Amino acid sequence: MKSVLRALIPLAIFLALVGFLFKGLFLNPKEIPSPLVGKPAPQFDLPRLDNPEATFSPKEMLGKVWMLNAWASWCPSCVEEHPVLVELAKTGIVPIVGLDYKDTRPEALQWLEKGGNPYVAVAVDADGRVGIDYGVYGVPETYVIDKSGLIAYKQTGPLNARNLNETILPLVEKLQAQ
Amino acid sequence: MVANEQSQSNRQNCDKDVDVIPEIGHFSLILALLTAVLLGSIPLIGAARGNAVWIGLAKPLVNVQFLLIAFAFICLAYAFATNDFSVAYVAKNSNSKLPLQFRIAAVWGGHEGSLLLWALILSMWTVAVGLFSKHIPDNMRARILGVMGLVSVGFLLFMLIASNPFERMIPAALDGSDLNPLLQDPGMIFHPPMLYMGYVGFSVAFAFSIAALLGGQLDAAWARWSRPWTTLAWVFLTIGIMLGSNWAYYELGWGGWWFWDAVENASFMPWLVGTALIHSLAVTEKRGSFKAWTVLLAICAFSLSLLGTFLVRSGVITSVHAFATDPRRGVFILAFLVVVIGGSLALYAWRAPKIGRGGQFDVVSRESFLLANNVLLAVAAMAVLLGTLYPLFVDALGYGKISVGPPYFDAVFAPLMAPALFLMGVGPIARWKESSLPELATRLRWALAISLILAIALPFALGNFTAWIGFGLFLAFWVFVTSFELIYKRLAKSTGSLMARIQANSRSWWGMVIAHLGIAVFTLGVTIVKGYESEIAVKMAPGEVAHLAGYDFTFDGVKAVQGPNFEASVGQIHVSKNGKLRTVLEPQKRIYTVSGMPMTEAGISPHFIHDLYASLGEPLGDGAWSVRIYHKPMVEWIWFGCLMMGFGGILAIADKRYRLRNRSKNDTPSNTSGAAV
Repeated sequence: MKSVLRALIPLAIFLALVGFLFKGLFLNPKEIPSPLVGKPAPQFDLPRLDNPEATFSPKEMLGKVWMLNAWASWCPSCVEEHPVLVELAKTGIVPIVGLDYKDTRPEALQWLEKGGNPYVAVAVDADGRVGIDYGVYGVPETYVIDKSGLIAYKQTGPLNARNLNETILPLVEKLQAQ
Repeated sequence: MVANEQSQSNRQNCDKDVDVIPEIGHFSLILALLTAVLLGSIPLIGAARGNAVWIGLAKPLVNVQFLLIAFAFICLAYAFATNDFSVAYVAKNSNSKLPLQFRIAAVWGGHEGSLLLWALILSMWTVAVGLFSKHIPDNMRARILGVMGLVSVGFLLFMLIASNPFERMIPAALDGSDLNPLLQDPGMIFHPPMLYMGYVGFSVAFAFSIAALLGGQLDAAWARWSRPWTTLAWVFLTIGIMLGSNWAYYELGWGGWWFWDAVENASFMPWLVGTALIHSLAVTEKRGSFKAWTVLLAICAFSLSLLGTFLVRSGVITSVHAFATDPRRGVFILAFLVVVIGGSLALYAWRAPKIGRGGQFDVVSRESFLLANNVLLAVAAMAVLLGTLYPLFVDALGYGKISVGPPYFDAVFAPLMAPALFLMGVGPIARWKESSLPELATRLRWALAISLILAIALPFALGNFTAWIGFGLFLAFWVFVTSFELIYKRLAKSTGSLMARIQANSRSWWGMVIAHLGIAVFTLGVTIVKGYESEIAVKMAPGEVAHLAGYDFTFDGVKAVQGPNFEASVGQIHVSKNGKLRTVLEPQKRIYTVSGMPMTEAGISPHFIHDLYASLGEPLGDGAWSVRIYHKPMVEWIWFGCLMMGFGGILAIADKRYRLRNRSKNDTPSNTSGAAV
C-alpha cells in the first residue's frame, strides 16, 4: 500500500502543476488589460538616477503625452528592448521616463552608459514600492500617459518595432492631437 | 479566361499559375495523421493480443509516416524558396529580399513551422528505432513504435487543428513581413534542429520505458537498449544548447552567454534530467538497481521537453524569445500534456510498485554515489522549474506579479552543482556494491592536495583571489586531476603499446572520461571568465584609443555597408599590444529595412586564452560612437567543454557492445573490465 502511494506522488505533483498551467493560460501576461488603464497614473516622488538629491514626480510631465518605462539592468528582455527605446528617443516623438525597478544604482548607471540613455529622467524604485502601485508584473513594462496624467495604455514585455508602429505610436499621436 | 474577370489581387495569383503545392503538403499532413493513428493503435493492440500480423504492421507504418511528413516539409520549404506569399505562414516569416539560406531556415522560424520540424524529427527518430532494433523482441518493438506513434498523433493533430503552416491568405501579400532579424544568423539555422533532435530524442527513451511498463519487461536488456538512444538525444541537446548560448554571446552584443531566460531554462531542464537518466541507466544495466527511478527519469526527461514546448508556444511565460500568443493553442498543448504525461505517470503509479528492487548495495558504493548525483541533478532541474514557473504560481494564487531573475538561479544552482562535481571525482573510482571509504580517501588524497594547491596558486598568479574563484577552480581541477589519475591507473594496468593500452578500455569508458573532462573544461571557463573578465564602455571618435587588459583599441571610424535586407554601420577597431598589431575587430550595427529593427553584431576575435570583443552602441555625432569593449578570458572553453561532452557521448554510443553484429554472442549484461558508467 505504501509503495502504491509513493508511486502516485509524481502524478499528484504533475496534476497540481497542470492546474497552475491551466490558470496561467488565462492570466496571459502579455494580454492583461491593466486595471489602471483610464485611471490617473499613481503619484510618486522618487530620487533620480543621475542625481539622488533631486526627485522625479509624474506631476512634472502634466500637459505632455509621455511614456513610463519600467526596466532593470538585471532583466534579459530589456537587452532586446533597449536599442528600440534608444531609436525611439532619437526621433523625439515622445519623452520616455525610466522607472529603474529593484535595481542597484551603479549597475543601472553602467547599463545606460553602455547602451545609451533614451530617458529624459530615470526614477529609482529600489524596493519596487512604486512598481506595486503600477502593477508591474516583470520588467520591461511601458505605460503611455496622456496630457492630463491618465494612463492610456500598458505594454507588458519588451517594446519592438511592431508593437510600437502598430499600437503605441498611433495612440501617442492621437493623444497628442487632443 | 476566368482570370480576366477576377479582381486585381486575385489576378496576381492566377498569372503566376496558382501553385497547389501547399495544398498537396496539407493533404500529405492529413495522411500522416491517419498513418500515425494506425501506428498508435494497431501494433499496441497486436502486442497485447499477441497478433503477429498486427505487430508486423508497425515498421511499414513508421516508414510511410516519415515519407508523408518529409514530403509535407519539402512542400513548405518549396513555398519559402519560391516566395509564395499567398501562404500565410510564409508571408509572416519571410521576405523576397531574404537570402535563400535564411528563407529555408525560416521554415522553422515561426510557430507552425517549428511544429512541423518537430513532427519531422519525431518521425525520423521513429524510423531510426525501426531500423536499428533488430535485436529487440517483436512485441517490444511494436510497443515502442506504437507509443512514438501516439506522440506523433498529438503533434500532427495540433498542427492540423490550431497551427496549420499551409493556411492560405487571400488575397496574397505582395511581400512578406520578414523573418525576425534575431533569427537571421547562421547559428539560428542549426540551433533549433539540434535542440529538437535532443528534445524529441528523449521520446525514444520515453517510449522504451512505457513499452517496458506495458509489457512488464523491466530488465537489464531494456536498459541496454535504451542507453545509446538516450545518450544520442543527450548529445544533440548538449550541442543545441551550446549553439544557442554561443549565438546569444555574439548576437545580443552584451558579452553574456547564459541569461536564465524561460526558453533557455526550457531546454536546460531536460538536459539535467537527461544527464541523470544516462547515469541511472548505467546502474540499471550493470546492477539491475534503480529500475523504477530510471523509468521515472525517462518519463520526466520527455515530459520536460513537452513542457518546454508548452511554455514556449503557449505564451504563458514572457521571454526574450517572445513567441506568438494564442490561448486556444495553449489549451490544446496542455490537454496533450495531460494525456501524455498524466497517462504515463498513471501507468507508472500502477506498475512501479511491482518492479523488483534489484541488486543491494552499500552506503559507500558506486551505486550510492550515482544515486546522489541523480538526486542532485533532479533537484537542480526542479529548482530551475520552480524559478521558471514561480511568477506564474504567485500570479495564479492571486498574490500579485513578480519576476525571478538570474540572482535566484545563481544562488540555487551553484550549491547544487558543487557537490555533484565533487562526486564526479569519486564515483568512477568507487567499486560497485561495496567500496571502502578509507581506501577511496587514500587513493584520492594526492588529487585533493594537487587540486587545492592549484586552486590557490593560480588566482594569486593571475593577481586576484576570491573565495568563489578559488572554489570554482578547485572543482574544475579536482575533476581534471581525478580523471587523469583514473586514466593513468587504467593504462598502467594494461600491457603493450600505448595504442593497445588505450584500446584495452572500452569506448564507453573513454566516452565517460572525456565527457567528465568536458565538464571540467566548462567549469574552468565559467570560473575564469566570471572572475577575470573586464569591460569598458567609452565614447570613441575616429583615431581615439581605449585601453583594456593591456591592449590598445584604436577606433578607425564607421562605414556604411548595404546588406541584402539590412543597412549596416560597420566599425573598425585596431587592436594592438606594445605597438604590435594583433587583430582587427569589426562590430556592426544593422537596421533591418522591412521591420525597422536594430540589431548588433559583435566584433569578436576568439582565442584559446581570451576573446577580445567589441560592440557598437550609438552614434554620438561627428563620427563618434559609444563602444563597448570586453576582455573575456577563456570564454571559448565554455563551448569547447560542451563539445567535449558531446564527443564523449558519441564515443560511448560507438561502444562495441551496442553493435548489432556482436549482439547474439553477448546478450547478457556485460561484465567487461572496461565497463563504464
